[in-house]
Parts: sequence; structure tokens; C-alpha cells
Amino acid sequence: MRALTWHGKHDVRVDTVPDPQIVNPRDAIIEVTATAICGSDLHLYDAVIPGLQPGDILGHEFMGRVVETGPKSTLKKGDRVVVPFTISCGACFFCGQGQFSACDNSNPVEKQEASELLYGHAVSGLFGYSHMTGGYPGGQAEYVRVPFSDVGPIVIPDGIPDEQVLFLSDILPTGWMAAENCDIQPGDTVAVWGCGPVGLFAIQSALLMGAHQVIAIDHYPGRLDLARGLGAKVIDYTQTHVLEALMEMTGGIGPDAVIDAVGMESHGFAPDRIMDAVKQKIGVGADNIHALRMALMAVRKGGRVSIPGVYGGMADKFPMGALMEKGLQVRTGQTHVQKYTRELLHRILEGEIDTTFLISHRLSLEDAPTGYRNFHGKQNEWTKVVMTPGAASGPAQGGDHG
Amino acid sequence: MPRRSSGLPVAATVLALSIGAGLAVGAAMKSAPRRPPDSAPGRTARRSHFGGYQVAGRTVTIDAPRSRIFQMWRDPNRLTDFMEGLAAVQVSGDSVTWVVQSPDGRFPVETRLVEERPDEALAWRSAEGADIQIEAKVQLRDAPAGRGTEVEAHVAWRPQGGIVGHWAAMLRGTDPAIRGKQDLKRLKMLLETGEIATSANRKGDD
Repeated sequence: MRALTWHGKHDVRVDTVPDPQIVNPRDAIIEVTATAICGSDLHLYDAVIPGLQPGDILGHEFMGRVVETGPKSTLKKGDRVVVPFTISCGACFFCGQGQFSACDNSNPVEKQEASELLYGHAVSGLFGYSHMTGGYPGGQAEYVRVPFSDVGPIVIPDGIPDEQVLFLSDILPTGWMAAENCDIQPGDTVAVWGCGPVGLFAIQSALLMGAHQVIAIDHYPGRLDLARGLGAKVIDYTQTHVLEALMEMTGGIGPDAVIDAVGMESHGFAPDRIMDAVKQKIGVGADNIHALRMALMAVRKGGRVSIPGVYGGMADKFPMGALMEKGLQVRTGQTHVQKYTRELLHRILEGEIDTTFLISHRLSLEDAPTGYRNFHGKQNEWTKVVMTPGAASGPAQGGDHG
Repeated sequence: MPRRSSGLPVAATVLALSIGAGLAVGAAMKSAPRRPPDSAPGRTARRSHFGGYQVAGRTVTIDAPRSRIFQMWRDPNRLTDFMEGLAAVQVSGDSVTWVVQSPDGRFPVETRLVEERPDEALAWRSAEGADIQIEAKVQLRDAPAGRGTEVEAHVAWRPQGGIVGHWAAMLRGTDPAIRGKQDLKRLKMLLETGEIATSANRKGDD
């Protein structure tokens, strides 16, 4: 089959690799019909997440048709499914609590050592996201082996275009959980740092959950336009003092909840390397740390801090004092995708949520390296790339907002 | 390969005494007045040698009843399902032979079942005169609030002479504490999900 493979920093290629097979009883094989590049894939593209090996297949936002099932799979050949990026067994203590991204049983045991060393506990398996999260081949490919296919994939009724449901795989539930973690009350102001896909879906979700106002902060005019289009007020931090503006826009109180949808590009394999990486990259890392620090400074006393942005290592100069003295609550984590897919599919089918506004470019999987290059380098215009395996190579097709 | 002839019941007694004595000496050296013992298992002490023995252990909570887990440990055909590098287990009365697959080939580790309390505990100790001096024990306790069973496994062995080579080969260079922990996690996966997670994309791939 054809698949997007990682070979090093800014070096991804579409290669021909062996087709996957059913390996475990609960597996299914999916023929991918649509697959996206996630903002977090750029961390891999930038090679700031160790634990990738040359030839690894990337991609964790994908959907397709079931072509083969293991004896314990509950899917049927021909089912159309969206596959959560988190691989979860559905049977362990954590899955039982709805904490699917903390699954105990999906990360192969020999791959768990790195995250035990780094985080104290092993994290769950994820598709296409380094060997620390299991080394599972990803979804930017023609076929994917999906473990625990009786738990993760959600069956989509025919007649619903792929693009309306594809983002159930990651960024829609991620934005939704980010807003849910804000515990939104009537009259609340929610401030969102970062208007990438997750930030935009968090804005949409916060408004659906009844936020009085959502204030979005970014510096790309194109992305701020998308936020405005969803009903958010916007702050361009290159022209406005963010903290002062947020106080003035909330009657001198500050936002009741803040969302850091930026994350930080500083990850490492061992604690000492992370510390080094942070210190070496202080100029690069400081902006990203800056977003979280700003959010902690801006949020009102007793407010809530939601962090969907990806962090992998340790941070210097974390404003611990603001956290404690203001009595803040922090909620974060990889998304418990399986907890949200049914409700969010229902809201999509009811017309309450549209996700297609985000898609800026459509490509053949064959042109995935072009997609990576532009999603990385032209963030103002390239807000979301959706790729189709099997399609002929050609120029990108624009989205709804070009 | 030097043959060791000391009786293992004696060794176990020595082991138990030396752990106790070592802790007392360690505590006395740390500070005065002497610190009272804490609640932690002895093997988590800030020292890696207990007399001439190495000790490793780990507890994993498995969402399954004690009886089901006990049966897995008691069934020679199931042990190879979750213990990496174990080719076969042969049982004859109290005698249990663990056939270990190492890069140098297969070799037997002969033990006796020295404790069996149904649904509670199993322990094995190397047979008298065996090359490898080792004692292993598995204990099962109900986890709180219906969370299943706490499975505690620990192993004590004497790393000396040619045994080191064999043992190191058996472990393929892996720390035994990590190795035992990984076996327990495989057992957990098998019992909770019916399979052992792998990122292999094809049968037989690593």
C-alpha cells in the first residue's frame, strides 16, 4: 500500500509499504477514505518528539471502510467508521471511568518504559505518534490495522460526507473536551489562546455550552477571521496588550476560564534531555510557554484553566504562584475521544455542529509532503489539510474560505 | 559453570535474616536516633542488595477475580502466554522446570513448588543443587472497592559466578525488575482484554 512515512526532520515521503494484517482477535483493517494532517503532526515533522524511527507511518485523524475483521471485532465488512486517535481497550479501570486516553492496556508493554520514565506512568497507545505511545502505524495510508475495533471506531450512516465527520477522530472532541474542562457557567467569559483547529473547535464548543462570550487570541489574520466567523471576539496580540484588553473586556474581573490551545514544542525522551532542550531553545520555547503563562495571569481568581495544547516535557518559569494564590483549577490531558464521539456525531447529524469550515486544502495522499510543507510554513492560509488515498496527484483544491 | 550445593531453604533463611539485618544496619547508619520502620515493602528500600541476593518485585492490579488469576499461574500451558522468553514449563508433582529460551539456546531452571495456597499464593524455589539459586513468589489480594485483584510478584536470586551469564542471557540484558513488571502487564492485558497489545502491522513482525 501507499503511506506517508517519516524519515527525519522535515523529511516525509509517500512510500510503498506492506499492507497491514489482522494480528490480534479484536483487530479490524480499515481502507482509508479520508485522512488529515493534525497540528500535532507538525511536532513530529519538526522532529521535536523523539521515539520516531525512519519509515514510521504518521497520521492519527482518519476514517474509512472496514475491509477485514478479526474474530472478536464487532464491526462488519463495509461499515463506514471514524477511528479515534486514542487506542483504548474499553475494559481496564481507566476506560471504565471514561478516561480512555489513560488506557492501561493499549500501549505494548515493551514500549511503556519511556513514558514511565518521563511521566511516572505509561500513557495509552496512539496511532502514528512515535514509539512512546506504542509505535502504531498511522492513518495517512491506504490501509490501517485498528486494534480494539470493538471499542474505538464509530459507525457512520451512509449519505454523510466524510468531511462532516472526519474530525470526530481527534480535533472536534479535543476542542469539545477543552470547553467541557472549563465547566462553563452562565455569564462566563472564556479566553482561548491559539486559533488553530483545536482552538477553533473549542470556541465553537464553548459557545454551544452557553458561554456569555469567547475571546480568541492569535496573530494570524486568517485564523482570527475564522474565530470571528464562529462568533468569538478576537485579540491580535501583535497589536494589543492582551492582559489589559482581557481585563477591560470582562468588567475588570478577568476571564472565568482560559484555554491554552497552543501547546509547546519541547519534548524529550529523558528528563535531563528535556531540560536541556528547553534551555537550549529558550527563544523558541519562550513564546509557547508565554501563552500558558499569559493564560494563568489573565484568568480571574478561582477561575478554571483548560490545557488541550500538547506538552511533552517540563517547563521553566511556570507561574506557580499565580496558580496557588488565585486558587485556580487546572484540567488537561489527551482527549478521551471514545467518551465524546456518539454525542458529537448526533450533534453533527442534527446540524448543530459543522466542522467543514476549517478545511482549507484538499490533496491526494500522494501529495502529503506538500501538505506538510505548507501546513507548517503557511499557517495563515493552510488551516487544515484533508487527503484522499488513491486520488491522482495534483494541485491542492481550496476549501470554503480558500 | 560452578555448581552450588548449598541448600536453598538455608539460603532463604539467610536471605530473610540478611534483609532484616541489612535494614537495621542501614537504618542505624543513616542517622541517630534510629528511624522507625515505615509501611513500604522491604524491596523498595534504598538499597539493591539483600545479603548476597538481588530482589525485584512489582504489584499490578488486574480486573479479574483471584481464582482466575491463580489458575493462570498454576497452568503450565498459560505461563508461556505472558512470560517473555519462556519456552515451556514442565510439571511433575512438586517439581516445576522452567525452560528458558536464551540467545544461547534453551536451558532448564529446576524448581520446586514450595507454597500453594489456592487463590492466595504460589512460591517456587530452585531445586537443591541447582545451578541457579532463585526464589519467586506470587501473592493475590482483593483490590479495594471491587477493583479486581492486586497481583504481587517478587523474585530473589543470587547473582554469582556463571549464573550471571545465564541469567543475563535469559533476561537479554534487561533489568529483571523491568522484565517481571512487563510479564505482569502482559498477564493483565491477557486477562482484561483477551489479547496482548502489539503495534506490529503484520503477523510475525516485531
